[in-house]
Amino acid sequence: MTQITEAVDVTPRPTPPPSVIAKDAEIKYYTASQFQLMWWKFRKHRLALIGMVILGTFVFIALFAEFLSPYTPGARTPNYLFGGPQVLHFVDAEGNFHLRPFTYALSAAMDPETFLLEVKEDTSEPWPVYFFVKGDPYKMWGLIESDIHLFGVQEGHLHLLGTDQLGRDILSRLFHATRTSLTIGVVGLFISFFLGLIIGGISGFFGGSIDEVIQRFIEFIRSIPTLPLWMALAASLPREWSPQRVYFTITILLGLLGWTHLARRVRGKLLSLREEDFVVAARIAGSSDARIIARHLLPSFLSYIIVDLSISFPYMILAETSLSFIGLGLRAPVISWGVLLQDAQNIQAIALYPWLFTPVAFVIISVMAFSFVGDGMRDAADPYSR
Amino acid sequence: MAKFVIQRFIIMTLMLAALSIIVFITIELPPGDYADRRALHLRSAGVLVTSEDVVSLRHQLGLDRPWYVRYFNWISNIVLHGNFGQSFGLHLPVTQVLGERVGLTVMLAVATIIFTYGLAIPIGIYSAIRQYSLGDYAATVVGYFGMATPSFMLALILLYFSVMVIGTSVGGLFSPEYNEAPWSWGKFVDLLRHLWVPALVLGLAGTAFEIRTMRATLLDEKNKLYVTAARAKGLPEWKLLMKYPVRVALNPIVSTIGWELTAIIAGAPLVSFVLALPDTGPLFLTALLDQDTYLSGAILLMYAALTILGTFLSDVLLAVLDPRIRYGERV
Repeated sequence: MTQITEAVDVTPRPTPPPSVIAKDAEIKYYTASQFQLMWWKFRKHRLALIGMVILGTFVFIALFAEFLSPYTPGARTPNYLFGGPQVLHFVDAEGNFHLRPFTYALSAAMDPETFLLEVKEDTSEPWPVYFFVKGDPYKMWGLIESDIHLFGVQEGHLHLLGTDQLGRDILSRLFHATRTSLTIGVVGLFISFFLGLIIGGISGFFGGSIDEVIQRFIEFIRSIPTLPLWMALAASLPREWSPQRVYFTITILLGLLGWTHLARRVRGKLLSLREEDFVVAARIAGSSDARIIARHLLPSFLSYIIVDLSISFPYMILAETSLSFIGLGLRAPVISWGVLLQDAQNIQAIALYPWLFTPVAFVIISVMAFSFVGDGMRDAADPYSR
Repeated sequence: MAKFVIQRFIIMTLMLAALSIIVFITIELPPGDYADRRALHLRSAGVLVTSEDVVSLRHQLGLDRPWYVRYFNWISNIVLHGNFGQSFGLHLPVTQVLGERVGLTVMLAVATIIFTYGLAIPIGIYSAIRQYSLGDYAATVVGYFGMATPSFMLALILLYFSVMVIGTSVGGLFSPEYNEAPWSWGKFVDLLRHLWVPALVLGLAGTAFEIRTMRATLLDEKNKLYVTAARAKGLPEWKLLMKYPVRVALNPIVSTIGWELTAIIAGAPLVSFVLALPDTGPLFLTALLDQDTYLSGAILLMYAALTILGTFLSDVLLAVLDPRIRYGERV
């Protein structure tokens, strides 16, 4: 116990929360690693936990998109164009309960007055839903060939979120789009991270006139309305480029968008840290600049950088969505959330076929989840604060 | 004060100059130049154009000279003659195409700023003095949603509900009878009646952000000793609040007007496109898609100039509010 009191004297830490009165808990609090303290703090943030679960689900979807989606993204159901979401039933027309869910066969007929396609459920013919059904063949991650899908029907078709104008399954396309959009976000973030760390590092570590120039430059970049500028840059990509090349370039463009914020953060932290005793001690001990940066400075502000990254991730996704939405970003056959949203550009289309609108929900949910996680991480980044 | 304003003004001009170079680069980036396009246009009209003709046209227009000469020609035409070049797509001078659309964009931006601050400041004050009340929670929830939803999606959602629930679209800036009418008082009132929808859509994210800033600063300030001292003196609560902590809390809000304006301008083209507003937004998008570079460049330059002007104004405003900034101290 005396050891612990000593430890408290040396580094003035705040007293543990009043609920932690028991000795064991107290010892646990003082001997916990930095990471453990952060996790405890993070865990208290209810919304952040929910956000974490949602993001985990999205990552899972992105990883196993081919297996999870009932169809391949290009597969068409020609007799079910602009088809509405099919409902899963457990109780049939006679009122009997079935453990295996099923959907009914659908018959489409033109309404003679409104000229709209009226879809009616044919309750005499159920289409049971099975797990691990054989469907369209695909190549998982471009490597493993298979034709087993997590769920699907053997007869008829199953479109839980409806179909688009070509009769393609929206749910399957959304799953594949999740992969593209998240990858763009991650790669773009990585580029931003790299640039922010290097430029901010140079600015903060050397200071002086280099710092002055870099800071003015960052101010200048931040005063540009980024989205219109990026739209202009994206528009000047040659039209004959392949979709893959456009995808690659757009990702880099987005990565160039987000680094200023991070560079400022890194600089600010470095400026305040480089006069600290432990850095001076390391310098007197003869450590090189590179070693001081990597071994002493970086670990002490890494958590703040991670927080900033989680906060700027939504901006990447939103930038991609906006660009693709107006047709300047990714384009078919690449599928992203923004590409899917192109179908929702037309208000008449949305009014008639509201299920085209589901990608909006995906984008909003993912961005909100990210801001919750970001909030939780901001609180946790400094585990000693109250 | 004068020194501060002049200093900021010089910085503003330098930034504008730097930005014009970037805009010029985006104009020059797409492959091919005006001469190629002109030739293509003439050929599609059935005129025989040889490659020698293209070369001579290029020479005539000065397009074969180095980029800095071309940049200088472009920018001096804009500054000295107000000539932004020719729109390839519409075969009209850019200034003529833009016309009163620029005014509408400026009005939209100003309306959004007024909307943002007119809403954020009172709600922020309310949230801070009635912390953890029902209204405070409501503001927080709306704020999260507002910050998570990009403005163009908000516009889509609003359109969807207006069509489904009310049965009419909330898009556009004028009622049909005023669409082509010349400017009159009636048309102006009609514009104001439509303007709140895009202003709401564009301003929601900023409003949410400013509410949070206002609430946080005010919460910090209202427990400070100078507030207690004023209360002990017997000042009525309302007067006390307005006179001391709110004035301090306004600072961080005013200092972000520049960023706020940048964000609004950045979101505006997409929102205008979705809501089919007759301002520069949809024009910008079609110009980009058609690679009508002089038109898109002019609009981009206008957006950038607007944000830089806004930053300048907010700097001056901040200096008026806060003497520390006026006298060059760092806050």
